[in-house]
Amino acid sequence: MTALAALIRRDIRIALRVGGGALIGVLFFLTVTVLMPFAIGPDLALLTRLGPAILWLGALLASLLTLDRLFTADHEDGSLDLIVMGRAPLELACAAKALAHWLAAGLPLIAATPVLGLMLNLDATATSAVALTLLVGTPALTFTGMIGAALAVTLHRGGLLLAVLVLPLSIPVLIFGVAASQAAITGPLSFGTPFSILCAISLVSFVIGPFAAAASLRHGLD
Amino acid sequence: MRLSGRQIDCIRGGRGVFSGLDFEASSGEVLAVVGPNGSGKTSLLRLIAGLLVPAGGSVDLEGGEAELTLPEQSHYLGHRDALKPALSVHENLAFWRDFLGGAAGDLSQCLKAVGLTHATRLPAAYLSAGQRRRLSIARLLAVRRPVWLLDEPTSALDTAGQDLFTGIMRDHLASGGIIIAATHAPLGIDARELRMGTSA
Amino acid sequence: MTLIDLANPTKFLSLTARVLPWLAGATAILLLVGFYQAAMAPDDYQHGAVVKIMFIHVPNAWLSMFVWSVMSLAALGTLVWRHPLADVAAKAAAPIGAAFTFLALVTGSLWGRPMWGTYWQWDARLTSVLILFLMYLGLMALWRAVDDPSRAARAAAVLTLVGALNLPIIKFSVDWWNTLHQPASVLRMGGPTLDRAFLIPLLVMALGFSLLFVTLHLAAMRNEILRRRVRSLQMMQASQQAA
Repeated sequence: MTALAALIRRDIRIALRVGGGALIGVLFFLTVTVLMPFAIGPDLALLTRLGPAILWLGALLASLLTLDRLFTADHEDGSLDLIVMGRAPLELACAAKALAHWLAAGLPLIAATPVLGLMLNLDATATSAVALTLLVGTPALTFTGMIGAALAVTLHRGGLLLAVLVLPLSIPVLIFGVAASQAAITGPLSFGTPFSILCAISLVSFVIGPFAAAASLRHGLD
Repeated sequence: MRLSGRQIDCIRGGRGVFSGLDFEASSGEVLAVVGPNGSGKTSLLRLIAGLLVPAGGSVDLEGGEAELTLPEQSHYLGHRDALKPALSVHENLAFWRDFLGGAAGDLSQCLKAVGLTHATRLPAAYLSAGQRRRLSIARLLAVRRPVWLLDEPTSALDTAGQDLFTGIMRDHLASGGIIIAATHAPLGIDARELRMGTSA
Repeated sequence: MTLIDLANPTKFLSLTARVLPWLAGATAILLLVGFYQAAMAPDDYQHGAVVKIMFIHVPNAWLSMFVWSVMSLAALGTLVWRHPLADVAAKAAAPIGAAFTFLALVTGSLWGRPMWGTYWQWDARLTSVLILFLMYLGLMALWRAVDDPSRAARAAAVLTLVGALNLPIIKFSVDWWNTLHQPASVLRMGGPTLDRAFLIPLLVMALGFSLLFVTLHLAAMRNEILRRRVRSLQMMQASQQAA
């Protein structure tokens, strides 16, 4: 356990230090959300209706943006070799890295959600519904995105390939995340149903993500 | 303790790097892997470290801890230093001590052994290439592993650093360790040679 | 005292050490007087007591643009005159400017709630100030992303100058486009339209906040100079051979 705790501590520390990318994600989230009214017009009623979808898309893109570095940084400086060789199971090490990434890059997105909700004229219920669904849903984005990040490392292609690999995987999360927030705002469906499915997707991703990422790292390093 | 490889084939990118390779090293022995560029020295080390899968043959460690695999009992010192420039020298070393696990040494002793005591609190970003290499070597001391896999370990080191490292390797051998080193430069220790790129 | 004398960081440090306490004192007095006058100012017939937000909102909004102008000047200093303290000034100003912009946005939003019925409106003035805020944050991220300050300085200088294009857009957004935000009532052609009862406290507050900026900026520049000294001392220490 000390090994995993050390890995989490290290990754968070690096993300928060100079040159780390933890806050870039929030800035990107802000910027994407601010762009939306330029594209669809400043009509507040329309923005209110689209608000949850805009916030979810922004959070999705922001968490994807920072995922790129999840394994590449460690691969470039040789740390990944040692992590693969370590006594901690690689699956757990991957899960630890994803958790650290979510704590450093995912949580700030959720913290920024109320402010952006205000700008999109969402009321308190809607904002808290979006924040709650993001809290449950963004870990799923990180843990499924991790698979793409691991593949991108072993294929020596980052960036765009990662986006193409990961975006389709994140569609279910997006569907149920937005559905749950909409249900809380307008009904008529109950909030519970899509929200439970969202929780289920997250739980499944906690299992599948680390195993798939570890498998692709194990067979793809050279 | 005895590390041995039998009839190892290595294929990378569709190209056979080497085949039918045998080697063996026992406690207290250095196996110096020599050969021209592209003969597969690095591939052999990564293969022993479990980072490459051999196309044929096997590598075994006899007399090690039964519950642990060979990579879990090995240190790998590659071309890249596995250091994070944003973390301090001490933080870097402490992380690897905690992550790699097993019997650990005293960190300030390790840093003293490689001559980095003065830099303990400084960010690793400020270190020169030779100092970064010294810090990687400190990792070998921070956690005890019987098998050391070293890829050009002395490349960035100055003469003093090389002498220092020779001493560190001697201590490791004296305590029953095994060293496999890919190298162009002489290590300063009597070593059994494994010549690559001639058999094929 | 000329700009050339200030180019020497050591002289700058000793000079600012003497000036800063006075500046801080003057800032405190002006702000206290300003707050008192603002509290005593009459309610507006249209805005009611809410108008008092103006005394904080307007100076902060002015400063949000003023600080970027200072940074643009510093950027010219970096790129053209190669003044050694220019990039220190630019780097130190960014977080302060971001803070003023943030305060302008927050106070504006609190003012907008009773007046417009909403905290936020995507109109030209608000949106362009929001973009200014994002640019401040982007600039800070750029400074943070590069470890070596002299390399970051040139990139940041280019970005600052390009970003300065946003300033006239913000200033004239209320005239060019039809917006909810009221048009300028102080800095306009033909003199201020604001009543003296509001104008004088407002100007005192503006002066107070401007002095606050100068104080904070000089203090932040001192910190940045010291931070760089620590950095170079650390690098010297790293390159020492072990005894």
